[in-house]
Amino acid sequence: MLAYLIRRLSQAILVMAVMATIVFFGLYAVGNPVDLLINPEASLAEQEATIARLGLDKPVHIQFGYFLSGLVQGDLGTSFVHNRPALELILSRLPATLELAFLGILIAIVFGIPLGMIAGLRPNAPYSKLIMAGSVVGFSTPNFWQGLMLIMLFAVFLGWLPAGGRGDTVDVFGIPLSFLTLDGLGHLILPALNVAIFKMALIIRLTRAGTSEVALQDYVKYARARGLSPTRVVGVHVLKNILIPVVTVLGLETGNVIAFAVVTETVFAWPGIGKLLIDSIGLLDRPVVVAYLMLTVFLFVMINLIVDILYSILDPRVRIKGGR
Amino acid sequence: MNKLTFVAAVVSIGAVTQPAFAQSLTAAFASEPSSVDPLYHNLGPNNATRKHMFESLVGEDANLAIVPELAESWSSSDDGLTWTFKLRQGIKFHDGGDFTARDFLYTACRIPNVPNSPSSMEGFIGTAETITAPDDFTIEVTTAAPYPLLLTDFASFGVISASANGHEGPVEYVKGGCPGIEGYLDSNAYNDGSATVGTGPYKFVSFTPGESVILARNDDYWGDAPHWETITIRPITNDGARVAALLAGDVDVIEKPPVQDLERLRGDERVNVVQGPSSRVIYLHFDHEGEPSPGIEGTDGKNPMKDVRVRKAISLAINRPLIVDRIMGGLAVPARQLVPDFMRGTDPAIALEEPDLEEAKRLLAEAGYPDGFKLVIGTPNDRYINDAQIAQAVAQMLTRAGIETEVDAMTASVFFSRRNNYEFSLYLAGWGSSGAGMASPLRALVASQNKDKGLGGTNRGRYSNAELDAVIEEALSTVETETHDALLRKASNIVVDDVAILPLHFEVTPWALRAGLTMEPRADQHTVLTTVRPSN
Repeated sequence: MLAYLIRRLSQAILVMAVMATIVFFGLYAVGNPVDLLINPEASLAEQEATIARLGLDKPVHIQFGYFLSGLVQGDLGTSFVHNRPALELILSRLPATLELAFLGILIAIVFGIPLGMIAGLRPNAPYSKLIMAGSVVGFSTPNFWQGLMLIMLFAVFLGWLPAGGRGDTVDVFGIPLSFLTLDGLGHLILPALNVAIFKMALIIRLTRAGTSEVALQDYVKYARARGLSPTRVVGVHVLKNILIPVVTVLGLETGNVIAFAVVTETVFAWPGIGKLLIDSIGLLDRPVVVAYLMLTVFLFVMINLIVDILYSILDPRVRIKGGR
Repeated sequence: MNKLTFVAAVVSIGAVTQPAFAQSLTAAFASEPSSVDPLYHNLGPNNATRKHMFESLVGEDANLAIVPELAESWSSSDDGLTWTFKLRQGIKFHDGGDFTARDFLYTACRIPNVPNSPSSMEGFIGTAETITAPDDFTIEVTTAAPYPLLLTDFASFGVISASANGHEGPVEYVKGGCPGIEGYLDSNAYNDGSATVGTGPYKFVSFTPGESVILARNDDYWGDAPHWETITIRPITNDGARVAALLAGDVDVIEKPPVQDLERLRGDERVNVVQGPSSRVIYLHFDHEGEPSPGIEGTDGKNPMKDVRVRKAISLAINRPLIVDRIMGGLAVPARQLVPDFMRGTDPAIALEEPDLEEAKRLLAEAGYPDGFKLVIGTPNDRYINDAQIAQAVAQMLTRAGIETEVDAMTASVFFSRRNNYEFSLYLAGWGSSGAGMASPLRALVASQNKDKGLGGTNRGRYSNAELDAVIEEALSTVETETHDALLRKASNIVVDDVAILPLHFEVTPWALRAGLTMEPRADQHTVLTTVRPSN
């Protein structure tokens, strides 16, 4: 087990190192941040002074060296624009994104699983066909378009909900949260829906497939024959057995939303890390973009590592196979 | 929750989020200030935001003419080397402290010393050799050589409070380091509000990056009291989202409404569109040096842009009024000089040019290109109003004249890097002039690149003309207004005659407001909310 763990860990570190290199040189190739940061009215001497202060006059391999030595010490650099450590900047925006992601996933679960089960239990009923048609629309229309439509409908025409922004927040242990205030919740609903629609469509389809399969199994028939109420049969015996693939996909999707809620955050001016990423790319704020990408890679490497370790505990064959 | 209570809850949330119109104003900016520290980053959104809280020694009105602000009056000595400013008395900072000459000296001390400034304001104070305060309400500035743009420079930064920055007692300004001041606060002390103490019409309340800047009315303001009790500035970078926020009533004012939506917004009774001329010129810059020049084919390695006949031909081939009409939807004014005529230094005798395709072809043939050549225009596609479309139109017009032209459009961050590496033989860009008028583009865009003299900072066409340089340098050392302006006019004529650079048009800046509100458009395109008023 220990050998396996060490091997997986060193693989993870290798992936991080390769990503760091790709990310750094990729960004280096995009352009020179000074051309955007500095006011064009500045004289050539001032422009050069800024370039030197940011260390951008050094050859690329020296800059890479600084970056690597910082990285090893857990220092991802300081934002050129905001004058704050890049990591701190990202962490300060993380609560907003997490809130959005978790509410979105929650909506997807709460509506997706029952709808999928209904469609699976009565596949030929008209409402089931409607649900399935809806789910096709849900995952085949672009995310930004769905966002704009939500805004047009609920904010512009009906005027029920605000079109964007975060609204009032309450500090809980120093972390600003918006779902605890009415105003904040109002601001949260539309972007969360925007996140939820695609996931909901996915869950509906997964649940339906599982339900129609499980409903025909002997143990369901037996449960019915025992005289259990339909609610209990569906709510316990069917539900439990279709949840495994749904949970697996949800786990992956949650990671995806946290890392890449860029579109939703841009359309709804939601101040999370996705919007920070887009703004930073626009301004070529290299340290923030690099830190963001490294953090994302780290997140996924860690998720995969944990999943693999769990697998190896649950199923020793994985370990033995890998050991050959 | 049953269905009815759910709907009720949603409706009540909606009701809560409707802004209370009477006394608070919310505006959406297209880009976010990187800090509320007025001296940290010389950038459009930062400078627009600071104008609400921090005032300058002298101000710029909507047409960028210099007006009194913290200083009531000023004068310059006969030799042009000494400037004397008389300060307005009785002005209070937001923390109740008195504004005196000491605060201006402290501001001048901090400018070159703002920690980690990405774009320093140093240039605005660098020409001053000494700054002294003979008494609390007088400031004397001396320069090494006569310098006519001192007022414009001093209008470009906000004055901070010495006491709020932790400095008590007198301040002595010495260029290169003020004695007795150990360290300076960094921008974070401003972003959390502890040092954000100005004299302006609004006081700092909070700054949440990515979310909002909230300001409250300064009831002790010396000037006209602003209408709104609180102001919220929200960054909404996405064009569609900004328009939606306005239509939904989330915000009352938006800047940079997308041009393709303007017609619809004008027709919408919930919206009032306000627009005004800006000082921003959209121009084409030629590569005056590279040989062979990138993107040019069919000239045997020669750079045709170095031939004034080719430049004139390009100018004649372009139909500016057509671009203004068809592509800019009227949101532009055709240009032949580098600043609009309401600013100083323009020559009213220089007329707009009539497009003339035949003459353009004749000039090309005369220059030795009867069959034209191939050309690539570089342009950003997300920086100026309809930038890529303008380049596309120019390309078609040039192709008609025989210069087969392609457009290479890209995002601004890539474009500016490539431009600064001289990767284009012809590129489209824009220049927003300060109150210096013609002097601003002259010294930055067409003066020969010269690091020691601080000239040609954005002359990425590497144009160089000794005669023009001499006139510009003379203008930049002539304080007397009439002579200074005459020299600027002379320089403008040289630029036009030699087609050193090719101005296309001046942008007209639109703002969209909730119906019933109006505001004063500014030529520097800054959104300053103190001018937003109910229209009746």
